[in-house]
Amino acid sequence: MPGPEPPGADRPLNVSILTQGAYLIVSIHTALDDSQMLQLREHLIAQVGRQRSRGIIVDVAALDVLDSFATRTLTELAEMARLRGAETVVVGIAPEIAVAMVRLSLQLNFVHTALDLEEGLELLGELTGLSDREALVRGSRRAD
Amino acid sequence: MMTEQADMNGLLLPELVAHLREHRTALRQEWATRITDAHLLSSMTAQEVFSEATAVYDNYVEVLETGSVEALQHYARDLSERIIPRGVETHEVVGIVLLLRDVLARSLFEKYHQDFALLNRVLDAYEPAANRIANTVAVSFVDQRERVIRQQQDSILELSTPVLQVRERLLILPIIGVLDSPRANQLTEQLLLGIRSHRAKVVVVDITGVPDVDEAVANSLVRTVDASRLMGADVIITGLSAKIAQILVTIGVDLNKVHTVGDLQGGIEEAERRLGFQVTRISDART
Repeated sequence: MPGPEPPGADRPLNVSILTQGAYLIVSIHTALDDSQMLQLREHLIAQVGRQRSRGIIVDVAALDVLDSFATRTLTELAEMARLRGAETVVVGIAPEIAVAMVRLSLQLNFVHTALDLEEGLELLGELTGLSDREALVRGSRRAD
Repeated sequence: MMTEQADMNGLLLPELVAHLREHRTALRQEWATRITDAHLLSSMTAQEVFSEATAVYDNYVEVLETGSVEALQHYARDLSERIIPRGVETHEVVGIVLLLRDVLARSLFEKYHQDFALLNRVLDAYEPAANRIANTVAVSFVDQRERVIRQQQDSILELSTPVLQVRERLLILPIIGVLDSPRANQLTEQLLLGIRSHRAKVVVVDITGVPDVDEAVANSLVRTVDASRLMGADVIITGLSAKIAQILVTIGVDLNKVHTVGDLQGGIEEAERRLGFQVTRISDART
């Protein structure tokens, strides 16, 4: 179920946001500019509250660069999401990007990282204490 | 001056070559003796020295005659290829060629010592050619040696960082030998690629076999740990020697984020614990 475009977006974001049970799965398809990054962050924070999400996975495998602004925005996203009750895991950082990031001293403080989506889901399970069933097959929580 | 000299050389060189051919046996023997006396080519037997000396002597005379160093170059490369693995040093090769130059020059002195002007002209013809020969042999030898060194460096770099999976999700990287910046970079690359292809969650980097690190390499190690973290894998570094520990603390590398364990065994045990493995002796499990 792809998420709707953020309200008031003047350009379509090349991002799909899937809701999977208690988690939001965000897949970034192409490089985003600074304002789009902010737009994405805002949208995700809103969504976390609306859907009572417990975790966010941001998949950056399609990106060939993560610059300082993107890194900071992701860090801020993680902080904000945590304040609203969701943990953030960034997955799919390619080896070259990892090397470039440490060369430039870009750090993802407070952000968890995992190899790929699968690992990210597992890590979120550990972080939130939800079993796979609770996390992924969940319709009752919104109703109660 | 030049043309005059060239004319004379045209006449003198054949005479010179004829002289060297005529006294080949004696001069070659003299040369071989002087090589032995100077303790050059000590890793080769007297017989080998003599047969190489013969070949070099004939090539030498040929270069004097034709003025073309190509055949000699080829021979020198060939010779280098044969003697480099036996540990022959540059100074030995340069030494023997200079000895040959001296031996031949002496014989020219002897032949022409009554006519000083003629001797001078003969030497004018001989010296540039002889120097060129010495040059050619030395350069061929050094080229060949550098080629061997480059080849070895490449193969060392290729072999130097094995990434081994010991359990599911657990990799080890034993590093042995000097860790310099190119190798540290290669290590980072291999490690990150290994993490992706093996889907590793914990990596144990064992540096027991590393004698020394400098600041650049230490920082590179820290960056490797950070980059692995970004890819979702924890790195445990094991086997820091007392010396390396002192170096790291003295130069003030930030090691807060680096997890270290004393030895490889401890590192693997720690990694297994994190991955939820438990190793039990069969006899203990039965009871």
